[in-house]
Amino acid sequence: MQLPAMEQSVKVKVEVSDVSLAYDRTPVLRAVSVTVEPGEFFALLGPSGSGKSTLLRLIAGFNQAQSGRILIGGEDVSRVPPWRRDIGMVFQNYALWPHKTVAENVAFGLEERRLPRDAIRTRVKAALELVGLQDYGARRPGQLSGGQQQRVAVARTIAIEPKVLLLDEPLSNLDAKLRVYMRAELLALQRKLGITTIFVTHDQEEALSISDRVAVLDGGVIQQIGTPIELYDAPANRFIANFVGTINLVRGRAARSDGGATFESPAIGRIVLPGAVGDGAAEIAIRPHAIVLAQSGAATDPACTWVDGTVGAREFLGEFVRYVIEVNGAEITADEPHFSDRVTYKPGDPVRVGIDPARVKLFPA
Amino acid sequence: MSPRATPVQFAVAALIALFLLVFLVVPVITVIYVAFADGAGGFTLSHFSSFFHITLMRESFWNSLYVGFWSVLISSLIAIPLAYFTVRFEFRGAVLIQTLGILPLVMPPFVGAVAMQLIFGRSGGVNLLLNEWFGVTLPIMEGLNGVIFVEALHYFPFILMNLVVALNNIDSSMEESAQNLGASGLRLFRRIVFPLAMPGYVAGAALVFIKVFDDLGTPLVLNQTNLLAPQAYLRITTIGIEDPIGYVASVIMVAASLFALWASTWVMRGKDYATLQRGYAGLAKRRLSAWQTAFAYGWIVLVLLVVLAPHIGILLLSFAKLWSFSVVPETYTLAHYATVFQDSPRMIWNTVLYCGIAATLDIVIATAIAYIMLRTRIPGRQALDFTVTIALAIPGVVLGIGYLRTFRGIEIPFTGELLTSSWLLLVLAYTVRRLPYALRSCIAALQQMHVSLEEAAENLGANKGRTIRRIVVPLMAGGMLAGFIISFMTAAVELSTTIMLVTAQNDAPMSYGIYLYLQSAAGRGPGAALGMLAVLLVAVGTYLSHRLIGRTGGTQPLEVQKIAV
Repeated sequence: MQLPAMEQSVKVKVEVSDVSLAYDRTPVLRAVSVTVEPGEFFALLGPSGSGKSTLLRLIAGFNQAQSGRILIGGEDVSRVPPWRRDIGMVFQNYALWPHKTVAENVAFGLEERRLPRDAIRTRVKAALELVGLQDYGARRPGQLSGGQQQRVAVARTIAIEPKVLLLDEPLSNLDAKLRVYMRAELLALQRKLGITTIFVTHDQEEALSISDRVAVLDGGVIQQIGTPIELYDAPANRFIANFVGTINLVRGRAARSDGGATFESPAIGRIVLPGAVGDGAAEIAIRPHAIVLAQSGAATDPACTWVDGTVGAREFLGEFVRYVIEVNGAEITADEPHFSDRVTYKPGDPVRVGIDPARVKLFPA
Repeated sequence: MSPRATPVQFAVAALIALFLLVFLVVPVITVIYVAFADGAGGFTLSHFSSFFHITLMRESFWNSLYVGFWSVLISSLIAIPLAYFTVRFEFRGAVLIQTLGILPLVMPPFVGAVAMQLIFGRSGGVNLLLNEWFGVTLPIMEGLNGVIFVEALHYFPFILMNLVVALNNIDSSMEESAQNLGASGLRLFRRIVFPLAMPGYVAGAALVFIKVFDDLGTPLVLNQTNLLAPQAYLRITTIGIEDPIGYVASVIMVAASLFALWASTWVMRGKDYATLQRGYAGLAKRRLSAWQTAFAYGWIVLVLLVVLAPHIGILLLSFAKLWSFSVVPETYTLAHYATVFQDSPRMIWNTVLYCGIAATLDIVIATAIAYIMLRTRIPGRQALDFTVTIALAIPGVVLGIGYLRTFRGIEIPFTGELLTSSWLLLVLAYTVRRLPYALRSCIAALQQMHVSLEEAAENLGANKGRTIRRIVVPLMAGGMLAGFIISFMTAAVELSTTIMLVTAQNDAPMSYGIYLYLQSAAGRGPGAALGMLAVLLVAVGTYLSHRLIGRTGGTQPLEVQKIAV
């Protein structure tokens, strides 16, 4: 599609370096450093209270850090007030002004920039066209649906052609179907404009599905920064392992052995792992879909370590069936792909649980 | 919220603090100081002891408490069933009840008091009829009864309005979950509905008590001067500004009002029951059965008749050639209006001028305070709100005495006129006294506005000042206008401070004129006519402002809330 008036913007790098912030001695961000590359679609992911929104508001200029610096395109903006930062932000509640029409909302930033009237009209039109709302300019925000309100909020922000686009939980006020649709739209728009974009979310699926890279925050500390696949396959610690995707964590003891390590636990007995580890208390993490199930007494793959268990509960999810299996007093979650000719187990059935050591990740406890 | 306050914000806060200090804090402190100071500037309780040695003062003290207590009780008896009917049941009378809510704002009690005597007095219409039919009379307007009756009828809407809001704010899920857990009927009301609505009731009741204590006009018009407010007024105006007994009475009035205010906030402490969830749904409404409808309408019509009695009475009185010892006047005339139009255009103009200036000042100050309170971190900003709220508990007589004492001998720069004999002081008194109403209105308007609406403007390039101008003020306009109307209307019918501070007939507003007329039997007609004009003025003002709100459009706070959930 041809972009009317909206050109690819100059791509800008965002650097947050060693930023700390506290409210009344309660630390919210502790020595946070993130670099967002020019043109990147970057997610800040974390549970509520992790500091992710605070970090976003810091970049926008609504909070001030006690220490550290924020650089936009190499320029320190720590002392620049919000209205001079040229960073667009889409608010969680959209923050559309009810006393202004859609077109007046979109024109606001351009008016503040003292653009000539003609230029404002063209750019408002272009921005509304970009989000598919060219016919809605004369309406009031209250007359629009949630999805349309969000598009207006996006149009209002990109109309000023900001250096950076910030999105604060942009999809949380939409229903499930619309959310999936809008996130693809947002990504397409970002690719079209090529603008460096940072968005905050607590929904790991949302973060993994559309971002180039993700920074996971917890307790005001960055836990890991990486591509979605890196986070999923190589979680840096047990918080990430637990927070990104579903995972089984089993406590036990690790010991060095020739060619690798052994891990012993009351739940699954002894398992030989590739790769070196230290001795001592440890935890292993296994994704549910890396676990194989077999009927009690059936022939099994010798590459896996097998333990006996009993099906406790099951959830049928269409593509797969999720079982919770009791194994020596512990619970293991296993996902089995589902096909109509595939055996399914009932709660109470005895079952064999197979673990492939190559797909096990070990963390020192 | 921005982390640091700007110099402009500091300057504005300081200016407002200075204004409140000079025109509220210092005058009140002066009154208290005089009540406790001996001639040499030391501390003494002797004024208090002489106060309580005077039989009339002791009597006034107890009478004031007695009238306050009974007025609250009777107001409650009128208001509680009405509130319950509107909120609980589905019937058309609800609209009628809502309109009752603004009646006392339209006409001050002292104006109605004269009409009440003609209708309910010993030789009034009601007792004439009762005597004729049943051979009995009711002493409704005898002595303090009259004061209590008039006050209760004028101020019960404060309880009604607060209670209706509180009941409407109870989410239906509160009631439903109680029903789900087995509660119903009276137990449900006693354990869930009543406690949740309690803060609203207490707030209303405290306001009624304070209002009754404050009212000077009604006792004077009914000639019941053995109450604190009239005594304070009479001591100062007859004996003089130096008489300490007037100050002691003032201090007692302030203490009682502050106590009521403190008690209501103490009861409500930690009980901000905003239970309303997203998607508005108050208590479930029930349909009334036939006999319930009859009872409800019966009660409402009865209350309406009694509540409207002073208004109807004043209307009749303003047209009556002669009205005594008859149910309604026997002959009618337009002469009173002619008299008023000849005598008092100046007073009407004065009211518009004074109240217009005061209400404008109120809105400007209230908007600034609301912004400072909710959007900045200026240290001590809570103190501004606190001080303004205290103004609610300072009776008009006390503020008047405080002004006369504090500013005596002070000249207005450049004119050489004494401040205490200038109408400016009256305007300032109105401003201070009505500021709490304007402030509540502005705070509510700003509270309903999500901060992100301002942050979005800043994010798009508008600085603080431009954000206030382009976003905050337009969105608050509805609340500001509502505050202006309330300030203007209530200032227009203010009498307690007015009779203390008016020095020249030429500078007097309408309320003072009405009071002067009503003092004599011959003046009743013109007084009633002027009262009707005041009612008309306030009504027209209200209507125009509503039209104005409707025309600017899009400023309805509800809409803001809907988007900013």
